[in-house]
Parts: sequence; C-alpha cells; structure tokens
Amino acid sequence: MPDLRLSRRRVLALSAVATLLPRSGLGQTSKVARIGLVQSTTGGSAALYGTEQKQAIELAFNEITKARTLGDIALQAFHADDGADRGQTVNIFQRLIRQDKVVAILGPTLSNSAFAADPLAQQAGIPVIASSNTAPNLTKIGDFIFRTSVPEDQVFPTVLAYGVRKHGVKRVALIYGIDDALTRSAHDVQKKAVDALGLESVGIETYQRGDVDFSAQLTKIKAQKPDAIILGALAEEGAAILRQARQLNLDPKTVFIGCNANISAKLFELAGPAADGILVGASWFAGYDTPRSKAFVEAYRKRYGTTPDIYAAQGYDAAYLIAEAIRRAGTATDSRAIRDKLAGITDFEGVLGRFGWSPERDATVTPKVLIGDGQAKVFAAAPAV
Amino acid sequence: MILQQLINGLSLGAVYAVFAVGFTLVFGVLNVLNLSQGAVFMWGAYVGLEMVRTLQLPLPAAMTVAVMAAGLLGVVTEWLVFRPLQRRGAHRWMGMVASLAFARILIGAAQEVFGTQVIRYPDATLVDATLVVGEARIQGLQVVALGVALAMVLALGLLLKFTNFGRAIRTVAFSETVARLVGAPVARVRGATFFLSGTLAGGAGVLWSLLFQSVSPFMGDTILLKGLTVLILGGLGNVAGALVGGLLLGLVEVGSVVAVGSGFRDAVGFGLVLLILLTRPTGLFATREAKRA
Repeated sequence: MPDLRLSRRRVLALSAVATLLPRSGLGQTSKVARIGLVQSTTGGSAALYGTEQKQAIELAFNEITKARTLGDIALQAFHADDGADRGQTVNIFQRLIRQDKVVAILGPTLSNSAFAADPLAQQAGIPVIASSNTAPNLTKIGDFIFRTSVPEDQVFPTVLAYGVRKHGVKRVALIYGIDDALTRSAHDVQKKAVDALGLESVGIETYQRGDVDFSAQLTKIKAQKPDAIILGALAEEGAAILRQARQLNLDPKTVFIGCNANISAKLFELAGPAADGILVGASWFAGYDTPRSKAFVEAYRKRYGTTPDIYAAQGYDAAYLIAEAIRRAGTATDSRAIRDKLAGITDFEGVLGRFGWSPERDATVTPKVLIGDGQAKVFAAAPAV
Repeated sequence: MILQQLINGLSLGAVYAVFAVGFTLVFGVLNVLNLSQGAVFMWGAYVGLEMVRTLQLPLPAAMTVAVMAAGLLGVVTEWLVFRPLQRRGAHRWMGMVASLAFARILIGAAQEVFGTQVIRYPDATLVDATLVVGEARIQGLQVVALGVALAMVLALGLLLKFTNFGRAIRTVAFSETVARLVGAPVARVRGATFFLSGTLAGGAGVLWSLLFQSVSPFMGDTILLKGLTVLILGGLGNVAGALVGGLLLGLVEVGSVVAVGSGFRDAVGFGLVLLILLTRPTGLFATREAKRA
C-alpha cells in the first residue's frame, strides 16, 4: 500500500504541476488514465483470489509507471473491495463510472458479481477485463467485456486429448457433483469433449454436496474397467474420490482427469500420494518456463514474499493489456477508443504465453497440461507424448 | 462386486446406526427431537482429531476422549436448552427449535476455532490393513467401524435391559409421572440419557471422519437428515429399530446407486421413508407404546 500511495501522490503532484503550467512543455505525465480495480479483499475464499489479483495488478501498474511505456499518460488505480457480494459490486461499478470517471475496470473477482455489474459498464461504454471469472457466456454481456481467465471449455479438451495420446484412453467414466453449478458445468464441458473425441462413456455417476463416501459409485465404476475417470468435483471431493479409488484397489493404470477446481493445494493435502498422476489443464502454472513468466514470478515473490497463483498471472496480463490498449489509443479519457484498441490486440506477449482475443473476447491462451505430484504436492508440466 | 457393495453399505450403515441410536434414545425418554445431535457429532470428530494431531494420543485413547467430551456436550445441551424449557412448561416443539439454534451456535464456534476448510486425520493414525476376500477389499477401518458400532449399541442395549439405571430410563420413557411415583431419579435419568446420546453422536463422528477422512464444521448437517430418516424407519424411540434401520439405510443407499443410479440415491432413501409412513406409520419395527425404549 505505501507504494501505491506514493505513486498516487506523485501522480497528483505531477498533474498539479501540469495544470499550473499548462503550456510550458514541462508536464511529462500530464494525462491520467483512471482505472477501476474491483477485487474482493474480504468475503471468504473469494478474498484469496481477489488479493492475488489486486497485488499482481498493482505490481504491473508500478512496473509500467517506472518504465514510462505510456509516454505522457499515467495510470491511476482506484481499488474497491467488492466483498464477494453482488449488490456491493453493482454499487462500486456505479460509483467508479459516475463519480470517479474511470476509463476501464479490471475485475470483479466472482462471475456472480460480474453478471450483475458488468452490464452497467457495457451501458456506459467502459471496457472491463476480468481475470478470475470463468462462468460460461460471461462475455456475451456485451462487446466491452473481456477476460484473461480461461473457462473450462477452452482447457479440458486439450487435457483429454493428451490422455488419449499419452495413455491410449478409449473408455471413460465420469463422476460429478449434481447439485453444484460449478461441478455441473464442468461435467457438461467434459461430456462434450468425450463425445467430440469419440470416446466410449461406460458410466456417469453423481454425488451431492457434502457427500464424503464415494465407494458405492467407485465400486460400480471399477466393474466397468474404464481407462480413465473424469472428475467434475471440487478439490475436497476430488481428493476423497482419489483416495477411496486407491483403497478399493482400482487398476493403477486408470488415469484420473480433473477439472479447474482441482488445481489447489487442498487436493494434495487431503489426497496425499493418491493425487499422483492426476491430469489437469490450466492457462498457467508457477513453473511455466518462459522468460516473461519467470520474470513475473520473481518480481511478485520479491514484492510480496509468496508465489503468485494462476489468478495473479491472469490479473497481471489484464493490467498490461489495458495499458497496451491505452498506449495504442493515445488517450487517457476516451474509453471507447481504448476498447477498440484493446479488441484489436492479436499478438500479446504475456505471462500466460502469446495470445489474442477470440471473437467472444476470451483470451486465446494455449492450455497447459499439468500432472499432480503427490510427493512434492504440486502440479508440474506433464511430460510430452 | 456385490460383496464389495455390501461391505460399503454396511460400514456406512453402521455409522448411521450409532448416530441414530443416540437420537432415538433422547426421543424415547423425553419425547423431544434434539436437533443439536449433528453438531455434537461434528464436535466429537474435531475433539478426536485434535487429540491425535495436537496431543499425539493413540487412536483408541483419542476416541475415548472424544466420546466422553461429546457426552458432556450432550449433558450441556440438556442443561442449557431442554431443562429450562421444560421447567417453564414449554411445548416440545420449542425444544426442537431451541436445540436447532444451539446447533448453529456450536457450528459457528467450530468455524471460528477450526476454520471452514475440510481437514483430515494424519496418515499415521489410520488402520491401513486391508482384507482381500475374493474381489472385495475390506479396509481394517470398515471392520473396526462396524465392530465399534455394534459394541456401542449392544452395550447400550444391555444397560437398558439389565441394570437398575436402565430400568429407570425405561420407566421415565414410559411416563415421567409414573417414574416420579415409583421414586425414579427423573432429573438424573434425563441427564444420563443426554450423556449417552452425546457419546453415541461423538463416537459416530469419530468413526465417520476416520472412514471418510473428512472433518468440517458442516459435517453434521447431512447426518442429521439421515438420522431423522432412520428414526422413522426404525420407529420413533425404538433403539433396536434404530440399529436395524441405520444398517438398512446404508444398504439401501448403496443399493440405489447400484440398481437405479447415483442421482436417485436420496430420492430412494426418502421415498422409502414416505412409503413406510404411508403403510406402517409407527415405523418398520413398531412396538407398543408401553415397551418403548
């Protein structure tokens, strides 16, 4: 926070100088691009994701200010905590748009809040880049809504195809939580990918929120002898399924393929060695071996003392994207011009890799296939086929 | 596969049974539903876990401590919730609602103390042995759970049937007025019943969290519903009925996953209750009022 305050004060001081001496030519950074930063820093587990993104975005703004990539335009972040609450997010969007007159918004943290608040930005013609919303159809809200967070349906087919190539998967069983929106939509994506690859589905099992005993479902699946078991489950449930499958002595060659929600330290904590070999897909992981990604991890660690997570990486790229759009537009106030330049970016070199936008304004990031290491308790890049 | 599913169903049912027996005992004696039973179950699991994790106690000792602590929590429930209400002559619905409120307080306290994330027992404390019978694999834990469950219920049965204290409990269950007339210590019996009920809930909590390696503040909510189901299956206040009903519910749930599909598990379970209520309103193992508890 002290860094932020300092840069804010500097920006204010410089703009004051610029107003006092309007035509002196001394005001190097005379224009301020005001950017709303809506991330939960309170409100349960959403605060974990929100804080990571806020920190990464502030890091990016700091770097951009230092490097003076935007010429005479300075970035000013207006952070507001949405508290993981829909109503609060709507209020914040209103205030940012009407009162603070921001030209762009980064956030909000949860898809739920985004569905309520993004239409306000769309109406006002303010571009929004989300970096942790993964719900389907989010960007259909309108042409001002972008995201760097990659939804399940862009990731899972790649992971499944990897399983087919690497392990010769032909027959699959699926298990998912039937009363949770997240696991249900993960299952829909998984089912579609299974059908698209022409794999045989030998069983679809379900469970309900709060279930801890999966042995009946797994015994049933075991009898079908599938090559792979696909999980539409949260980390806690996924871990229990992995462990109980091992207890029931499922064929150790059976490949487990998880969903986005399984990418969590909790999975290893609860499943232990049973998490060995589980395949998942993600847009990024901390061990991603590119110069840009490594530099980000190092800078983040230096500033905050922790390793950034995937939301931090997506937030960091969102910050650089909006900066790049402002640079190309050459304006600090014309949000429509900034939106058009943002949409025109096709070869952005980010932490997540090289990407642009799909026609629906989702980031076209190449998914990375990761494999669980139960001993080291991390996901690492899966070996090449 | 059938054998494996039978084992899956029985070990699940054994935990349901232990929980439901404690539930039905209070109902039999006091004619009230104690809805804080699920929270006591959850606290039993946490106490057992902390004994193992923090104090490094061996599992049987940890379980004993947890069971005793849960028993005391049962007594506290009676003392804080049911006794004051009874003294004021409140309707028994009020006890039910008040115990639900008490449960929410216990759950909130657990959230504050232990956090909301799911945690589990450390690996070293697990009974890791497995028994291979044909194609089925029986975990040592499943045998232990079934054994402990049967032992706890059997001990309770013997206590109720053959000891003076058991007779006193049964007299209070029959009628509090009669019990007072023959000089049974009604207040002590009520306290003791809540203690026993708490120990059973706590025991079920430890068994459950060992079997499924999952402890969370909300773990009592699901089993409370299952407990109610068993209560009706076995006949309200019927201890033997609760035992059989618990095992039966475990088998029915697993059976419905096998035969109908996992999406219909709860529909089958609760459908069974509806069916029984329609055909045998006093439960599968109905006894005459006079023989209750």
